[in-house]
Amino acid sequence: MNSRRLFFLLPVIVFGVLCAFFLRGLSLDPSTVPTALADKPVPFFDLPPLDDETIALASSDLVGEVALVNVFASWCLPCRVEHPLLMELAVTGKVALHGVNYKDKPEDARAWLDELGDPFLRIGADRDGRVGIDLGVYGVPETFVVDRTGRIRYKHVGPISQSDLEKYLLPLVEKLRQ
Amino acid sequence: MIVEIGHIALIMALAVALVQAVVPMIGASRGDGRLMALASTAAGIQWLFIVIAFLALMNAYITSDFSVFNVASNSHSAKPILYKIAGVWGNHEGSLVLWVLILATFGGAIVLFGGNLPPALRARVLSVQALIAVGFLSFSLFTSNPFQRVSPAPLDGNGLNPLLQDPGLAFHPPFLYLGYVGFSVAFAFAVAALIEGRVDAAWARWVRPWALIAWSFLTVGIALGSWWAYYELGWGGWWFWDPVENASFMPWLAGTALLHSAIVCEKRDALKAWTILLAIVAFSLSLLGTFLVRSGVLTSVHAFATDPARGVFILGFLVVVVGGSLALFAIRAPRLKAGGLFAPVSREGGIVLNNLLFSAAAATVLLGTLYPLFIDALGAGKVSVGPPYFNTVFVPLMSPLVVLAGIAPMLSWKRADLGGIVDRLKIIAALTALVLVWTVYQVWGNAVFGAFGIALSAWLASSVLLDWALRIRLFRASPLDSMRRAMRIPRAAYGMNFAHFGVALLVAGVTASSAWRTESLQVMREGESISVAGFEFLFHGVDRAEGPNYAVDRGHFTVTRGAKFTVELWPENRFYPVQQQPTTEAAIHTMWNADLYAVVGDPDGNGGWATRIYYNPLVPWIWLGALVMALGGAVSLSDRRHRVGAPKRSQSTPMPRHAAADIVR
Repeated sequence: MNSRRLFFLLPVIVFGVLCAFFLRGLSLDPSTVPTALADKPVPFFDLPPLDDETIALASSDLVGEVALVNVFASWCLPCRVEHPLLMELAVTGKVALHGVNYKDKPEDARAWLDELGDPFLRIGADRDGRVGIDLGVYGVPETFVVDRTGRIRYKHVGPISQSDLEKYLLPLVEKLRQ
Repeated sequence: MIVEIGHIALIMALAVALVQAVVPMIGASRGDGRLMALASTAAGIQWLFIVIAFLALMNAYITSDFSVFNVASNSHSAKPILYKIAGVWGNHEGSLVLWVLILATFGGAIVLFGGNLPPALRARVLSVQALIAVGFLSFSLFTSNPFQRVSPAPLDGNGLNPLLQDPGLAFHPPFLYLGYVGFSVAFAFAVAALIEGRVDAAWARWVRPWALIAWSFLTVGIALGSWWAYYELGWGGWWFWDPVENASFMPWLAGTALLHSAIVCEKRDALKAWTILLAIVAFSLSLLGTFLVRSGVLTSVHAFATDPARGVFILGFLVVVVGGSLALFAIRAPRLKAGGLFAPVSREGGIVLNNLLFSAAAATVLLGTLYPLFIDALGAGKVSVGPPYFNTVFVPLMSPLVVLAGIAPMLSWKRADLGGIVDRLKIIAALTALVLVWTVYQVWGNAVFGAFGIALSAWLASSVLLDWALRIRLFRASPLDSMRRAMRIPRAAYGMNFAHFGVALLVAGVTASSAWRTESLQVMREGESISVAGFEFLFHGVDRAEGPNYAVDRGHFTVTRGAKFTVELWPENRFYPVQQQPTTEAAIHTMWNADLYAVVGDPDGNGGWATRIYYNPLVPWIWLGALVMALGGAVSLSDRRHRVGAPKRSQSTPMPRHAAADIVR
C-alpha cells in the first residue's frame, strides 16, 4: 500500500476511532444517574404532610425498614405512567412506599391522588423543592431505595417500568431485607 | 383515528423507502431503465406518506389530543396556536418526523429539478437518499414513536418548555433541519459519484445549488438560534460554545469549505476527491450532531430527553452511513482522475487554503466538543471545555481566512500575477489602516486589541466594495454606463460579494460586542437611575400582569441620553405555572450601532429588584451579517437557475446539454 492510498484511508480510520469513543461514551452514561448520595445516609429532612388525609414524612421515618421513596408531582406526566405500577406494588406489601410531593400545590396533588389512587404510606410535601435539592433530584419522577439503616442504596431517574421493577428494584429490596 | 392513520402512513413511508433504497440501485448497476425510473415514483409516494404522517401529528397538536403521549408531554390546551404547531417539532419524537419530512421533500425536489440528470446518477442519488430515510424512519418508528397513545388520557398536557415558546425558536429547527438535511443531497451525490467512479465538472455543477441551498438555510438557522439565545437567556451573550450549538456549527464550517471547493471542481475540474470528502463530511457532521443531541453522550442545556437505546441506534446508523461512505471513499477516490493543474498563487490556491482553514476550524470545534467525552472514556475524570479554548484557537484560524477572502477573489484561475493586484491591495490596505487608526483612537485604553478585528472587517468590506466599483467602472464611466455594467455582473459574483460582505459585518459585530460590551449588575429601587455607557437608565419598578399561559413581572426603564434620546424598555420575567418554570424576556432596544439590553431579575425582598443592563456595541451586525450571507446564497442560486435554463455563453455550434456543462467557464 502506498502513502497516497493511506491518505484516502485516513478519514475512515479517524471515524473508527471516534466510534470507539462514542460506544464507550454510551455505556458511561446510563439512565440511572449515579447519585452522589449512594450508600450515604438520607440527608436530614422533616416534611409536613401533604394534607389532613396523609401522614408526614421525615428522614427519621426511613430508619428501621427497607423503603422506597418516590418523588412525584401532579404536573409530571411520566409520574402518571409509572403510577399503576406503584399502586400494584403497594398492594403486594413487599416494601414500604413513601412519597415526596415535589413543587406542587396540595390541592392539585390531592386531586391527582383521588383520580389515580394513593399508594403511599406517608407523603411529605416539598413545596419549595428544598428537600429535592438535598436529595439531588434531577428530574421527576425519581425513586430512591433506602435500606434499614436509613442509607440510600440506589436511585432510579425517570418512570419505573415493569422490567426496572423486576430486574433492579425488587431484587435489591429483597437483598436488603435479608 | 387520524393518529393511527398517521402512524400507518409513517410505516408505509418506511416500506416505500426500503424499495427506493434497493431497487433503483440494482437498476442502475444493470442499466435497467424501468427499475431506475422507479426511484422517482417511490420518492413521490414516500413524500406523500410522510406529509400525511406529519399532518396527522400536527392535527393532534392543534386539537390538543392528549391521548397521544407525545402531545400530552409537550403541549397544553392553553397554549397559543403558534406554539401548538411549533410544539410538533419542539420535542425529540416530533422533530424526527419533521426531519424525515424535509428529507423526503429534498428527495421530491431532486425528482422535480433533476430532469437533466443522467438516469443512472439520479437513480443512485435517490437510492442513497432513501437509505438515509430508512434509517431515520426506523429510528422514529422503533425507538421514538410520536403516535404512541397514553391511557387514561390526562385532562391536560405538560406544556412546551417555556424557553422554547418563542417566535425565534419556533422557526429555528425547521431552518436548521433544512440545512442539515439539505447536505444529505450533496452527500447522496458524492456517494453516487463514488459508486459510478466518475466525478466531472457536470457533477459539481449539479451538486453546487444543493449545497448552496443547504448552506443558506443552515446559516439562517444558526443565526436564529443565536438570536434566540441572545434575547431569551438574558445574559447578553449570543454564542456559548455549547455542544448543541457546536453540533450545528461544524456542518456549517464543512459546508462552507464544500461550497468553495465545488467551485474549483466545476470550473477547473480539480480538487475532486477533496470535494467528495467534504460533501461526505458535511452531512456526517450533521448526523453526528443528531447523535450528540439525542444520545446523552454529552450534556447540554439544549439536549432532548436522552435515552441510551436511541444512542445505540444512531451510533449504528452512523457507522453504516458515515463509515460506509468513508470506506467507499477510501476504495474509490484514489482512482479518480486528477484534474487541471494550478500554481500555488492562483484562485485555486486561495480556495485550497480556505478549505484547509475551514477544515481545521471544524476539527477544532469537534475536538473541543468531544474532549470531555474522550477524557471521560479514558477514565481520566470529568472536564468541560468552555469558551476560552474555542476563542483561543478560533480567532487565529479565522483571522487569516478573512484576510484571504479579501485577496483570493481578485486572483485569476490557474496562475495569478500578484503584481497585477498590488495596486488594489494598496487601496484596500490604506482604507484598512485608516479604519484601524480611527478605531484605536476611539477605544484607546479599552481593549485596544479589538481594533484589529475591526480592521479585518474593514479589509474584507473594502475589498468587496472595491471589486464592485472596479467592475462597474464607478466614477470612471458615465453613471448610466456604470449601471449597465452593474446589471451585467453575473448573479453568482454578486452572491459571493454579498456573502463576503456579510462576513465583514459579522466579524465587526462579533469583535465589538466581545471587546467593548459594557455590563452593569445591581439592585435597583423604584425611581433610582444608573448610567451605563453614557445612557441614563431610570427604573420605574415592576408590575404584575397575566399573559395567555403565564404570569408576568414586567419591569419598566426609561433610557435617556441628552435631551433628544428617550426610549422605554419593558423587560419581563415570566412564570409558566404548568411547568413551574420561569423565563426571562430581555428588553432590547436596537440601534444601528448598538443594542441597549435590560433584564429584571428577582426581588431582594426589601422593595429592590436585581437588574442587569448591557450596552452591546455592533451586536445587531452579527445577525445582519448572517442574513446578508444567506442572501448572498439566494442571489447566487438565482443565477444558477438562469444558467441551467438558458446558457448565455456564445457558442458557435449548439451542444448537447451534458457537453455544454463540461465547458470550463
